[in-house]
Amino acid sequence: MACVSPDGTPTESGVQMLRALRSGLGPPEEIAKDTGLPLFRVRSGLRELSQAGLANQKNDEYEITEKGVALTK
Amino acid sequence: MEEVKEQVISLPRLGEPAPAFEAATTHGVLKLEDFKGGWLILFSHPADFTPVCTTEFIAFAEIYPELQKRGVELLGLSVDSVSSHIAWVRNVEEKIGVKIPFPIIADLSKEVSLAYGMIHPGQSKTETVRCVFIIDPKQIIRTVLYYPLTTGRNMDEILRIIDALQTTDANAVATPANWRPGDMVVVPPPNTQEMAEERLKQGYECVDWYLCKKKL
Repeated sequence: MACVSPDGTPTESGVQMLRALRSGLGPPEEIAKDTGLPLFRVRSGLRELSQAGLANQKNDEYEITEKGVALTK
Repeated sequence: MEEVKEQVISLPRLGEPAPAFEAATTHGVLKLEDFKGGWLILFSHPADFTPVCTTEFIAFAEIYPELQKRGVELLGLSVDSVSSHIAWVRNVEEKIGVKIPFPIIADLSKEVSLAYGMIHPGQSKTETVRCVFIIDPKQIIRTVLYYPLTTGRNMDEILRIIDALQTTDANAVATPANWRPGDMVVVPPPNTQEMAEERLKQGYECVDWYLCKKKL
């Protein structure tokens, strides 16, 4: 996993994406703009963060979960 | 024999949707759809830690900034493992000082290689040949290049094709032989006699009605 380590904690790019989500729901395009990461990395990263329970997908947008907030403090 | 037949049948063709995939890469699990909306160059190499492939990866890394300016991402592929890819790109950075900035698919199952016709048994039954697939933002295959195992790819030509495809799409024109950005482009041939006659009055540089060029 590129955005979530085997121990379940987000990697540096995972934390970047989660921090970008802390201001509210965001589509991958906006997260890519905020973080400076390539769009393909953001799309796959948000998918991983969702699978790890750190983000939730709502239609085409994502939001950070409580678990995600706790891990980015 | 059946396996060989299947490999030939699955050769993707120009103008067709690129075969979907989900694959382990050096940048995590990636799907083809993750690249939607931008251009993608999917390319295969025979094996990690081999000389020609190493020169090609350095060359791809060198043109990566130019590709990014054009909205193009790179995605490498071979049938080696993620660990092998990581060890190789770290070695290239350590020994040659070039960081490989793009992901590389670890196609151990050969699922992607077979879907894209990257294994040519006449060259090698186990390794992928040097393929280049240029995929547009709608994920349609726009160019396919195949190079033999012994011949490294030409990065100038890959950049030239990207420039030509993007110019063609933006201006509804074609590009002549050896075209470079800034050169005159070819106006599509007329479909009717009336259009052919009108064409000659439009100020294009025409050899005859069927071969007209213009500046952009």
